[in-house]
Amino acid sequence: MALSQKTKETLLGPLSANNPVIVQILGICSALAVTVQLKPALVMSIAVTIIVAMSNVVISLIRNTIPMRIRIIVQLVVVAALVTLVSEVLKAFAYDVAVQLSVYIGLIITNCILMGRLEAFAMSNGVWDSFLDGLGNGLGYGIILVIVAFFRELLGSGTLMGFQVIPQWCYEHGYVNNGMMMMPAMALILVGCIIWVHRSVSDKK
Amino acid sequence: MKKIDTNNNVYTIIYATVIVVIVALLLAVVSSALKPKQQANVELDIKKQILSSLNLDLAGQDVDALYEKIISVDTIAMVQDKTGADVPQVVYLATLDDGSRKYIIPMRGAGLWGAIWGYLALNDDKNTIYGTFFNHDSETPGLGGEIATRGFQTRFNDKHINGVKGLLLEIVKGEAQGEQVQAISGATITSKGVEAMINSTLADYKDFLGAQVQLAEPEVEIQVADSVAENEQIEK
Repeated sequence: MALSQKTKETLLGPLSANNPVIVQILGICSALAVTVQLKPALVMSIAVTIIVAMSNVVISLIRNTIPMRIRIIVQLVVVAALVTLVSEVLKAFAYDVAVQLSVYIGLIITNCILMGRLEAFAMSNGVWDSFLDGLGNGLGYGIILVIVAFFRELLGSGTLMGFQVIPQWCYEHGYVNNGMMMMPAMALILVGCIIWVHRSVSDKK
Repeated sequence: MKKIDTNNNVYTIIYATVIVVIVALLLAVVSSALKPKQQANVELDIKKQILSSLNLDLAGQDVDALYEKIISVDTIAMVQDKTGADVPQVVYLATLDDGSRKYIIPMRGAGLWGAIWGYLALNDDKNTIYGTFFNHDSETPGLGGEIATRGFQTRFNDKHINGVKGLLLEIVKGEAQGEQVQAISGATITSKGVEAMINSTLADYKDFLGAQVQLAEPEVEIQVADSVAENEQIEK
């Protein structure tokens, strides 16, 4: 099945040209918090992708019935309910993952990308498009998280996914892990670098 | 079809009520349906943590069966908790494959952001540390969160709770010597929390541990013991 131009735009746009983190500067807070290591960043990306897609679908389904004055509250209730559901299911069927993510799952509720997509897209678009939009934005968020976490874990701990990748002889010859990479401030600087590279590449096009 | 005015006050109130009731019902049903499964996971996780303090490789093991086989729980005393209620003070007894007996003491304490806890496994001399396990609620990953890694936990192995300085265990910065344990750089408060947790737990278990922790019992005696230890070192 070939994707139509609009579908493609909805799904793939958020990966680069319309990326929620580096273009719309949304969801920065959690991008700083969970990117010290690659593994929690990956799980967080998957969790956010699922929740954005699902809440987009739910809101899109009931969009014509929502009273305008309480629409933000209704969106919040839907997001909070979904996040609680995911968290309960994780605790029952993937306890290790739930423990590792601890507070971050709850923090998805406050992720600006969710409310942003619900308000900007799902409130005025069909169910299928909203689902794709959620998927695309979740993945766009995930890509940035993984890139930032990759550099922070590599330069900060010398590991990737918990495995040592910088060989021992480097340390013996005076190489030191960069402790700065462990600090949230470095994540912000890395996100800044990514925005810089992204802008200069997309400006040339 | 008549279009409903979605901005009508009555409609808004009814809508909000219905949404909240639906969501509350859904969450209540899911929560009670998953409760037993979650409870089982929590209990299994506690068993896993206790076994981890024995330096066992649990990957691919049937934790329940292993726990049943080697661990038995022993209540050594009733102590009062903060609310004044009596709670049992427990020690886990472990018999390993080679027949040796270990005592496992549960610990609770505070880190930088939240609770930390762990298990301390002692040899049957009640002095030598056989293994440790620590975990935490919300310490910073890569910093305080490192207390949950084997790399940190094995630093305690073969140390003695009745250290050479006449103190209990202590955690130091930089290279550890003798009975000292190296702290985590960049996670001073969590390291201090671990130290305080171990020391206060050992003090709580002083009756059980017997002679090993008598030096840390009353405040004054610590100082005496300290100065004695220092004098001894000077004499040497």
